[in-house]
Amino acid sequence: MLYSLPDRLFKNMIIMQFDPFIIPFNLGLYFILIFVVTRSVIWFRELSRPDKLRLQRGFFGKPFGQSLKEIFLESLIHRKILKTNLRLGYMHMSLAFGWFLLILFGTLEADIFGEKHLNAPYKAIFFRFFNPDHGKTPFEEGYSFLMDLILAFVLSGLILAVTKRFTSKTVGMKKTTRLKRLDKVALASLWLIFPSRLIAESLTSGAYGTGSFLTGTLGSWFASFLPAKEVAYPFWWLYSLSLGTFFVLLPLTRYLHIPTELFLIFMRNSGIRTGDKAGTYSEVELHSCSSCGICIDRCQLSFSAGINNIQSAYLMKSIRNNEDTYDIAHNCLLCGRCDQACPVGIELSPIRMIVRRAGESENKYTNTWNGYFRSKQTLPVPKQAVKPAYDFLPETNPAKADVLYFAGCMTHRAPSMKNAIVSMLNASGQKWSFIDENGGACCGRPLMLAGKDKEARELINYNSQIIWKSGAHTLVTSCPICYKVFKESYYLDVEVLHHTQFIKNLIEEGSVKMNFLNKRVTYHTPCELGRNSGVYDEPKEVLRHVASLELTGFEDDNSLCCGGSLGNIMLSQANKRKIASDVATELTKQNPDYLVTACPLCKKTLAPVSKSKVADISEIVADAIVTPTYTKKNSQQHKKTVKVSAGIT
Amino acid sequence: MEKFGFTLSKARVIDYDNNDRRIVDFIIEREPSLNSCIECGGCSATCTTGNFTNFSLREIHILLKRGENELVRNKIRHCMLCGKCSLVCPRGVNTRNVVFLARQAFQKYDNYAV
Repeated sequence: MLYSLPDRLFKNMIIMQFDPFIIPFNLGLYFILIFVVTRSVIWFRELSRPDKLRLQRGFFGKPFGQSLKEIFLESLIHRKILKTNLRLGYMHMSLAFGWFLLILFGTLEADIFGEKHLNAPYKAIFFRFFNPDHGKTPFEEGYSFLMDLILAFVLSGLILAVTKRFTSKTVGMKKTTRLKRLDKVALASLWLIFPSRLIAESLTSGAYGTGSFLTGTLGSWFASFLPAKEVAYPFWWLYSLSLGTFFVLLPLTRYLHIPTELFLIFMRNSGIRTGDKAGTYSEVELHSCSSCGICIDRCQLSFSAGINNIQSAYLMKSIRNNEDTYDIAHNCLLCGRCDQACPVGIELSPIRMIVRRAGESENKYTNTWNGYFRSKQTLPVPKQAVKPAYDFLPETNPAKADVLYFAGCMTHRAPSMKNAIVSMLNASGQKWSFIDENGGACCGRPLMLAGKDKEARELINYNSQIIWKSGAHTLVTSCPICYKVFKESYYLDVEVLHHTQFIKNLIEEGSVKMNFLNKRVTYHTPCELGRNSGVYDEPKEVLRHVASLELTGFEDDNSLCCGGSLGNIMLSQANKRKIASDVATELTKQNPDYLVTACPLCKKTLAPVSKSKVADISEIVADAIVTPTYTKKNSQQHKKTVKVSAGIT
Repeated sequence: MEKFGFTLSKARVIDYDNNDRRIVDFIIEREPSLNSCIECGGCSATCTTGNFTNFSLREIHILLKRGENELVRNKIRHCMLCGKCSLVCPRGVNTRNVVFLARQAFQKYDNYAV
């Protein structure tokens, strides 16, 4: 009597292929499908017109193929994470790719072995429940083996994930992200999915003597002391419930990245970029962040200054949750180390800048429908003073010149560097003029970094006028901060050169002769010059020309920030110093004669904490310039010459 | 009367009870390093804006601490946030953040974007 009810039930469901336990799964699945479709329609509608066209063109063109390839490599295999961290990559791969294979081969299994083709999704997911006899013939046995293998693959990743949650070092990570309560519920349901599938399948297999090496063995062991058929039933419920819960919570948690990342890849390959305002693309990026935590390990504020709540993963999360993002957005060096490491390719710094600019922007996204949707709101622009802020700047009439030199605020704080560049410009023999010899206006970049673009524009206009009036064709700047803004935000018809590029040109032309100094140097790449402007090679080539450059292991992409960055408005001097001394220790491990950099601010920041002498490239090069035994008359056109050089035509 | 270029300056009382300390309190709460300012004037000496006008960060710090906000409000926009002042500060005051926060405080308490 006791067994008759389940027996009848089991017969029923085998014939009818239906059981109430599939309801949670079905509800969840159809909910998430409807959600994703609605969500993407809204996102598409909010795209700007050019972006819509880009997306359409991308969808019917070459980017489509690229996107498919990238989706396979990044969303399933997780190639980039594998490259940075093998164990973490394996964890992500086994869960994503394993689950994908489980669904793919599960669907095929239901299609091949099921009673008919094209089944409802639940028949594939709960295949063994509805076909407990499956697995008797050799072919079926082989297929069961394959399915067990995939399940074991997923479970191995799950074991890593669980251990990572408690000791992040097991997967080679120093820190892992902290979670909200809802995230924890979703995480628990995700963790339950695969073990409950394993147990449910094993018990059913055990009861019918089917299953392969995993489910079969475990099942026959269970069946030896349990009424397997009856015990299996609640586990099938658990499996379905955990799947359903996971699907329903997915839009509220970080797991929304699973569907969103696909959109991100398509949009990026179609040529859409973040821009400077909150919009669909930045929203898609926000939701594509899986909180993997790679940005936390890369962040110098984390490993040098011990600040562990401002990293990009947390920024993304608090924007998504509509929390106060002021501290997170402003306490950042904007060095771009996380941008480079992000395996999803989210443009993290531009998103941070959007938050910093929030006072000026008119778009804001807020959570609606209990957080299931975020909708765009147009906010009234805050009352702004109409008067220009820098109308006190005097009108200047610069001397006509071919080459202009803009030292910038920071170079004025490093006079030895300024003198070195002046001597170099003199040695070049070109007709040059010093724009801000007696101190000029700022370039505008510091205001931009603080999110005050409108005021920065005033300074940009002011400086542009001076440059136009001088009629120069080249603008040399010795500060990477200025270099970046001149290059990107000024609309000028001049060639903008950082002084290292200028020196490299001089060397290539052969117009300045240099000695090889018997000095060992290491090079610190300034963030604004390297990562943020892409000038990596010129400074190193110049250094190799005049001294022996030693590698430190922190080259190019892996370069460090000195800590003095103007990007961070909130960081205390003590913490800046901590970062700077960590960087100086790393870069002076080989006891070089000089720690060389290409930025006055880096120089000023590193100088007090470094055990080797800190110098700018220009100073080293000025030392190396060959002093001639005689002086030509025309080389004396600039009286300020520190060292007169040879080779002037 | 012969004018020698001297005038009697008006009597001026700094009334700490009546002056408005909200702005400086807002700043100090978020940037406590302002407390360690010794008004040496290093920031004013190096200032980019100070090169063109009589803008002085030292003066602004003093006025803020006295609560004479009216005088600060019109001037503080002239700062270019270039950060030279924080490089020279012997006391490690994050001067750039002080200006940044002051502007926010005016926005918040005066509803006046500066």
